[in-house]
Amino acid sequence: MSGEGLGGGTLTGAGAGAGAGAGDPPLSHWVSRDPFNPAEAERMSPAQERFYQASQWQMMWWKFRRHRVALAAAALLGLFYASILISEFLAPYALTTRDPSHIYAPPQRVHFVQDGRLIGPFVYGEHYHLDIVRLQRIYTPDKTKIERIRFFCHGDPYLFWGLVPADRHLFCPARGGTLYLLGTDRLGRDMLSRILYGTRISLTVGLVGIAISFFLGILLGGISGYYGGWIDTVIQRLIEMMRSFPELPLWMALSAALPITWSPILVYFGITLILGMLDWPGLARAVRSKLLALREEDFCTAARLMGAKPSRIIARHLLPSFTSHIIASATLSIPSMILGETALSFLGLGLRPPITSWGVLLNEAQNINVVALYPWLMTPVIPVFLVVLAFNFLGDGLRDAADPYE
Amino acid sequence: MFLYTVRRILIMLPTLLVISFATFMIIRLPQGDYLTNEITELQAQGESGAIAKAEFLRHEFGLDRPTAVQYAMWLGVWPGPQGLSGLLQGNLGWSFEFNRPVTAVVGGQIGLSLALNLAVVLFTWIVAFPIGVYSATRQYSLGDYGFTFLGYVGLATPNFLLALVMLFLFNRWFGLSIGGLMDPRYMDAALSYGKAVSIAEHMIIPVFIIGTSGTAAMIRRLRANLLDELQKQYVTTARAKGLPSLRLLIKYPVRMALNPFVADIGHMLPHIISGSVIVSSVLSLPTVGPVLLHALQSQDQYLAGSLLMFLAVLTVIGTLISDLLLAVLDPRIRLRAGAAR
Repeated sequence: MSGEGLGGGTLTGAGAGAGAGAGDPPLSHWVSRDPFNPAEAERMSPAQERFYQASQWQMMWWKFRRHRVALAAAALLGLFYASILISEFLAPYALTTRDPSHIYAPPQRVHFVQDGRLIGPFVYGEHYHLDIVRLQRIYTPDKTKIERIRFFCHGDPYLFWGLVPADRHLFCPARGGTLYLLGTDRLGRDMLSRILYGTRISLTVGLVGIAISFFLGILLGGISGYYGGWIDTVIQRLIEMMRSFPELPLWMALSAALPITWSPILVYFGITLILGMLDWPGLARAVRSKLLALREEDFCTAARLMGAKPSRIIARHLLPSFTSHIIASATLSIPSMILGETALSFLGLGLRPPITSWGVLLNEAQNINVVALYPWLMTPVIPVFLVVLAFNFLGDGLRDAADPYE
Repeated sequence: MFLYTVRRILIMLPTLLVISFATFMIIRLPQGDYLTNEITELQAQGESGAIAKAEFLRHEFGLDRPTAVQYAMWLGVWPGPQGLSGLLQGNLGWSFEFNRPVTAVVGGQIGLSLALNLAVVLFTWIVAFPIGVYSATRQYSLGDYGFTFLGYVGLATPNFLLALVMLFLFNRWFGLSIGGLMDPRYMDAALSYGKAVSIAEHMIIPVFIIGTSGTAAMIRRLRANLLDELQKQYVTTARAKGLPSLRLLIKYPVRMALNPFVADIGHMLPHIISGSVIVSSVLSLPTVGPVLLHALQSQDQYLAGSLLMFLAVLTVIGTLISDLLLAVLDPRIRLRAGAAR
């Protein structure tokens, strides 16, 4: 072990001389008079002590902290999820604000300096004319019109969380001006605002879905792993069958089966339910294999020999040892749900307007015309990509940290 | 080996039966059916002749019978008006919307779907294998980091978004549309050498798009497996005996890491088929994907059902092939399966 441990080792064998009585002949070699403590070799430095006494979760955190990319991913996701709490405040426009005079307007660039003079963040006003030959709307920045961006300003009125009326925004366009940082769509709606509102739906689909899949996965995987026998066989066959079916066509078929008459909110819950119901097999399999492995561990046998009841063994000994694994694998399957919703909405089988999600927004970017003429309609791709990538990194980090004792 | 194959095929049959049942039930979930909807519409327009035809079709295809009977008729175990005629007899049913047998509607698409998915599987193998081996043997090299990064990006980019972006970039850079699966002039032509070449050319980009995420996953898996193997003692022993390193690599650790690789192809297949469905819709490829999407939306039940079934059969057979390959490759699997009986 460490250096101080070695010091104790050199004294061994000399201890008898230290306590020798007056009658014994003096020893021929030097003997230390200090008291000897045989436990000296095992004594730990405070840092080591902290390490050995740390709880499992504490150690996981230490291990996770070393995974820089995962940490950054967690921070990014934290920002995204925090933004859905105040989407209305962050978005410069309200969800339904339409600007008929700015249809398919390209993104406006933010400038700071005009003719060597610092003005602060502003955009140029836009001059619009219709190219009558190609029937194309053309917007050219008008350098004489300087529209300064306002901060903490009064703008479009909205209902905060659908409850509290308010009109305060983080930033909004100059009075009478426009501020389309990511352009507008076919109805002249601000893309940035719509993406911010869409975040709320897209990110919660994954959470609700994973909650359902978590419940089913732990329940069925737990039953399968703990009881074994024919129940296990049946559930395993079921899982195998569900996994051998291509998931997207199945999602498509199920979401096509949602009644047309349902309100958009019901459809939202229907879609999350479908995503959750079809995602559990992977989780159930993980729970089962973990349970089977842990059941044979020594600490489990020890608990059984001490007379613990199965319920106590599961709750006190088994569950804590694999929650971390389950959380890690759940994190890894959230992105597939987000992508599932995006794909379904993109195809027009998922959420329907007025509910706005990234997939619903991308639904408008389906054909080659949009892609060629109005590429800014594809900007919802960016948050999808970032969130999915972040979840993957976070999940990998969590998975590595899930076994802190390795 | 023979016994193993038979056993494996026998297991496949009930799976297919359950899948077919589930498929049909899902298709029948929405209220009403295509013909009822059409009849209502025709009644609104007061066209009695067309109504009579729709009613006739409704009876002809058993839409007026209970769902369970419809399922049995579709499967081909219950006599319909024309006797036993269903999936088991090779009859995929009737598409109400196109007013033609399903086989006639999607005949061409099924072949192209098969070709596309096969090409993606081959692409995944051919690309993932050397890169995976390279990444593992040159761990932490610049190339390894590069491929790992690309792998993450490939894994995180949903393939339909990749398809959109590619559509955009190709249009921007080369001014061409990458949609479609063949030159328009071959559209209705019979299969010729020129047509085959045209299809192959148009397939490169879709295959790349669909295959990316699967390839990325395979590379990561193969790298991890091979790294585990490379640390084992038999590798050190072989090295100490002076075996040339390439021969050593191929003969032992790669051989061992190959098993999960082959098994993964089976697990990857549902993913690939999902991908091909949605990417085909984006790039408007003439595969079953867009047809299925449309059929689901218009409740064209036999068309949708038969296509879903086709995709499921494709997956199950693909898994079967990968299992059999695995058994050929790894004697432990077929021997254990034999002993368990």
